[in-house]
Parts: sequence; structure tokens; C-alpha cells
Amino acid sequence: MLPDRFKGLFNESSNPRPTRRGSAQEEKETHIERQSRGLDQFFFNIRGLSGLSLLDLGGAVQENIEFVTNLGHRVTTQAFLQTLDQTFGRDAVNEHSHPDGIESFLNQNLAFPDATFDGVLLWDTLQYISPALLAATISELYRVTRPGSYMLAFFNSDDKTQVSPNTKFRIVDANMIRLMQKGTRRQAQSFNNRNLEKLFSKFDSVKFFLTRESLREVIIRR
Amino acid sequence: MPMWNKRQEEPTPAPRPATPAASPVAEVKKESTAVSTTPFRTPEHNNPSSGNQASIGKAVKINGQIFSKEDLYIDGDVEGTVELHENKLTIGPNGRVQAAVRAREVVVLGAIQGNVEAAERIDIRKEAKLVGDIKTARIVIEDGAYFKGSIDIVKHDAKVVAAAPAPVPSAPAPRPATVPGATVSAVASGDAKR
Repeated sequence: MLPDRFKGLFNESSNPRPTRRGSAQEEKETHIERQSRGLDQFFFNIRGLSGLSLLDLGGAVQENIEFVTNLGHRVTTQAFLQTLDQTFGRDAVNEHSHPDGIESFLNQNLAFPDATFDGVLLWDTLQYISPALLAATISELYRVTRPGSYMLAFFNSDDKTQVSPNTKFRIVDANMIRLMQKGTRRQAQSFNNRNLEKLFSKFDSVKFFLTRESLREVIIRR
Repeated sequence: MPMWNKRQEEPTPAPRPATPAASPVAEVKKESTAVSTTPFRTPEHNNPSSGNQASIGKAVKINGQIFSKEDLYIDGDVEGTVELHENKLTIGPNGRVQAAVRAREVVVLGAIQGNVEAAERIDIRKEAKLVGDIKTARIVIEDGAYFKGSIDIVKHDAKVVAAAPAPVPSAPAPRPATVPGATVSAVASGDAKR
């Protein structure tokens, strides 16, 4: 029997593929390149170190892998949102509270030994999962990260909208990021600073940076 | 009348010598001759780009170990281990490999489930899927490729140490005692695709 992380690899019907529906097909991809204080802080915290183990939940992106490995670190990539869609269905937020689904999802994404990682690049993945799954995910992230490690997460800071641009984040430099946006994706919930502090209350500290694209960049210290 | 039959009288090009059709099975059988038990660096290994490439067709299923000292193209199903050391492995778009893979260079267009060691580089193309840990000197991942696992970039100097003949305790786990080049040790099933 295959471990959970291998499930669906050879099953074409369950392979995570980008869904192209209706007007999304027509939408153009926009690129925004800008400074990122959050990213800057993340890499500042591990500056001068090498041989660290970092987890990237944003899927395999050539630039990000290259940047991290050029710093002398090992990177583990997980296609977090693809697995989410594969497990529950796209935008099926109501399904996120199903216990079997939660277990399967966590097994596919975060089945690592305790204290494996020295840093996690979460990007904007957490805003697409519902409270029950989010709580379980945060708890697993706490388990797989080492004390003193950092996580970088992005959250939409516009409370009025429940959709966010579907974004791929590419590291250009330690303080520079390129956002490649195409289409939108439904958020499971919106977050303000207070929500976020509560969400990461188990962690040592939470630091926020607001950006022009209504993004809240958050650095969380384990 | 020669004027009107000119075309017919032109000498027709000699028919090409009949070349045997590239048959995956034939290639595999050719490979089944064990030529060496020397693990590393035979004279043949120094010339990997001889243009030879074995191939496993998309209707072929192999369960076992594959050792090769020439480039290999897999478009079928392989389960077990695949070791090419000094050569290039290409997983075709129909290729499904559930195996630990070691090669000089790996190009993935199909699916691999297992850990991959590529001494020089690994190239994961757009529609490819790879679940496993990668150890390589250089990685290229196209947008749209599906990858889950860890990536260890092995610098060139580190490779030199690992390839040194003297056994070093901290070096990567030694390969099986016999690494015969160009050997397929497998249980094959299915029809060969011609």
C-alpha cells in the first residue's frame, strides 16, 4: 500500500491539475515585482547560516528552489494547495472539517518527524483553509519546526473581499519578490492582526508588515 | 519515347538497407549481457555519449533492477531500482517509474515515485510528476511540473569526495557490490511495443 504522500501520483483522474474554467481561461497573468519586508526578515534571521532545512508549501518554483539551495540550505517542497484541491475539491471549504480528510491532508503534506525544519515558507496558503483544518495544520507546523525557527505567511488584509488573486510567489532576491497572479481563489476566512495573534498564540512571536497589494506579511517565530 | 519517359528512366535511389526496427525488447535483451562487475569507471564509462540509447517501450512493464552503462529511455512501467551512474535517464511522457533512481542526468516527462540521485542534473518538465527526494548538482523544474519532496544540492567538490575510491565512512551508502554495467535483472511482463 502506498504512503499517503504518493496517493494519486499515478491516478490521472485525481492528479492535481490547474482548473481552467469559464472566464479564468481568458484572464491574463499579471506580474508584480516589489520589495518584501517579510521575506527580508525571514532571510535576515537565517543569514550566515547554511545547511538548514527549509519547507516550502508553495509548490515547486524554480527560482525559489534555486535561491534557497544557493544559500546552502536544503529545501523540501510541498504542493499544499494542489493537495488541498485533490483531497477536498477546489473551493470546497465546507469539506475541510471532515476528520478523515484532515488526517489524509496532513499526512500528505506534513508527515515529517518532530523539529525537522529550520524555517517554513507558507506564502498565502493558510488563508484558503477553514478553521478546523487550519488549527490542525498550525499544530502540525508547530510540531515539525524547531524552536527558534521562523515561518513566513501572507494573508489578504482586505476584510471586504473573500477572494484573493491566485498568486505564485517567486523569490527574486532576499528582499525582493515577484507575484504572478492569474484568476482568483476563494478564501476560507479573513484575518486581522488579532485573529493572527490568536492563531499563532502557541508560537513565540508574530510580526506584521502591510503591503500595497492589501497583503499582510507575517513573520512567526517558533 | 525517351522524351516522355524521362522520369521513369531516371535511376531510382537504391533501397535503404533494411535496418531492424528499434524494438524496446531487443534493446533490453541486448542489455542483459553482464559486461563488467567493476563498480566505477571502465573505459566505456568514460565515453557515455556514444549515441547509444536503450529504450523501454510504453507497453513494457519491468519489475526488478535495471543497471545500464548506456543512456536509457523509459516510456513504460518500471518498479524496483534504476542505476545508470555515468549515463542519462529519460522518463518519457508515458513512463511510470516506482523506483530509486541513480544516473548522471535525469530528464522527467512522465512520473517518478522514489528518490532520485542525479550526479549532474535533473530536469523536471512541465507535465512531469515526481514524488521523492532529489540529490543533484543542478535542478531545473518547469512551471506546471508536480514535485513533492526534498532537494539536496550536492556541490561539485562534494561529489569528488564521494567518488573517491577509498571508502569513507561518511560517504553516501555504497552501491551494491556488483554493479554490472548494461545489465537488466528484471521480471518483465507485457508486450513489447514495436
